[in-house]
Amino acid sequence: MASTLAQKIIARAAGREIVTPGEVVTVNVDLAMIHDSGGPRRVEPILQDLGVGLWDADKVVLISDHFVPGDTDEGARILELTRQWAQKRKVAFHDGLGICHVVLPESGRLKPGMLVVGGDSHSPTGGAFGAYMFGIGATEMAGVLATGEIWLKVPETILVEWRNRLQPGVLAKDIMLALCGRLGMDGGQYQAVQYAGEAITALSMQERMTLSNMAAELGGQAGLIEPDETTAAFLRSVGGDVGSWQGLKTDPGAALLAHHVFDAATLEPQAAAPHSPANAAPVTEISETLIEVAYIGACTGAKYEDLRGAAAILKGRKLAPGVALSVAPASRMDQDRAEAEGIMAVFEAAGAKILPNACGICAGYGTERLGEDVVAISSTARNFKGRMGAASSKVWLGSPLTVAASAIVGRISDPRPFLDEGAEA
Amino acid sequence: MSGRVFLFGNDVDTDQLAPGEYMKGGIEAIAAHCLEGIRPDFAKTVKPGDVVVAGTNFGMGSSREQAAEALKRLGVAGVVARSFAGIFYRNAINLGLPVMIANDLAGVEDGAAADLDIAAGELRLPGKTVPLEPLPDNLKAMLADGGLVPHLKKRFAAQG
Ligand code: SF4
Repeated sequence: MASTLAQKIIARAAGREIVTPGEVVTVNVDLAMIHDSGGPRRVEPILQDLGVGLWDADKVVLISDHFVPGDTDEGARILELTRQWAQKRKVAFHDGLGICHVVLPESGRLKPGMLVVGGDSHSPTGGAFGAYMFGIGATEMAGVLATGEIWLKVPETILVEWRNRLQPGVLAKDIMLALCGRLGMDGGQYQAVQYAGEAITALSMQERMTLSNMAAELGGQAGLIEPDETTAAFLRSVGGDVGSWQGLKTDPGAALLAHHVFDAATLEPQAAAPHSPANAAPVTEISETLIEVAYIGACTGAKYEDLRGAAAILKGRKLAPGVALSVAPASRMDQDRAEAEGIMAVFEAAGAKILPNACGICAGYGTERLGEDVVAISSTARNFKGRMGAASSKVWLGSPLTVAASAIVGRISDPRPFLDEGAEA
Repeated sequence: MSGRVFLFGNDVDTDQLAPGEYMKGGIEAIAAHCLEGIRPDFAKTVKPGDVVVAGTNFGMGSSREQAAEALKRLGVAGVVARSFAGIFYRNAINLGLPVMIANDLAGVEDGAAADLDIAAGELRLPGKTVPLEPLPDNLKAMLADGGLVPHLKKRFAAQG
């Protein structure tokens, strides 16, 4: 029988030949990721209540990102608790190295075909590597940590195909905002979203991660991309075990819940108006929205390639009067690379404030959280009311390129005119 | 019959089930205002054993567990719907609130006496029995134990 990629991974994890969409199966979890916010402080009391330890400490990865750098009493206390727990429970702990969805792949632990759970709603990011990864709450995570198992309703697959190639200046982020606008935030129906097509296979791993990450905004349980040479090359570069991935594909003729086809070549940069990613429109149709804050940050918008792209636009240019730019590189590894290539220097020369490798403003934390009535454009994944600061603040979403262009112009702007003007420092 | 039907339409969302403005007040406060936006007297009139019956996509919206917890707190025997939003479905089972899918709810009336029989997979009404999609054994067992945590406690206790 023809199976989808999601079915194949779940069948393997359930110890079955095949599984059918709609049936409920119990699967073995290959890896569980938790962070400082939803992790130890919430799961440990439940483990205590159950009176058990971890099913397999080697399959648990703990990452601190939400409360880093611990600049409040509460944050510092939570980080301390997190550190102690890592020692007590003997799990791999990536402390202060960046945002979980970026640090996990960098650790080389993710592998095509794995069944992975994460204690964070953007856990579908792992789907970029051909792993079935989804987000769960603290209670369910405690259950996984105690047993190594979880139940799952086998999803249908919604195939999202992007034909042709993206134009220069148009990124994965624009694809996702356009999809949120077209399909809505429940377009994914808690099923498996699978991205395919020439435009997708042409993307780098970091760009693919943005697609899978924002399957969460589409309401999908997972956001899958078939592993290929690009995936394998990335995993090798971080010293990971590639494993066998060749058969991890959706078979021709496998039943799909929906098949959406879009033309990547005609996609324009997008921006989403407050307070929903579904309020997306082409930047060319958005008129005269003045901004005061530009933020390049988060797992969806401040990876190395995002930084490189934004810096190319900012190089030799000045921020518009009255605009404050903050940059929070998604991981230490990405920041180090950007540093070595002179990218961080471009941000500094432009007057940007460099923030820690952490969730920061995206999660509404830190000294730079948005004040009353501030209008911002951000490279993050969601712009729900009050998420990044005051309830009266207004956040627009755009790609890191669009954020950079908007910071120069002082209103929401198309990045494409800045791509090859070649301003020199 | 042990309960009554409370009938709702499609797309009942988590903000109706657990209104945002009461989220800080704890589960008692949330339950007291459960569904009041659509049916102001719901929390006051619903009794243990009553059955919520709804159309498609019940529980759409956020991932807040309180949406399912509020119904459980009010003693609702379960929710029968044409379909459920995925995260609500997960949360409900894990919290021990039965959620059952019915393909045909034609003729089910608000206020009718009702019995929800999870084990048999039936919603029994006067002169009519609505068949429900059977739950797999693992979920039945979890519901019978009252949700994920009590289910695990029992499992670990059995292992000694
Ligand atoms: S950066 Fe934002 S979206 Fe990403 S994990 Fe942190 S809070 Fe979530």
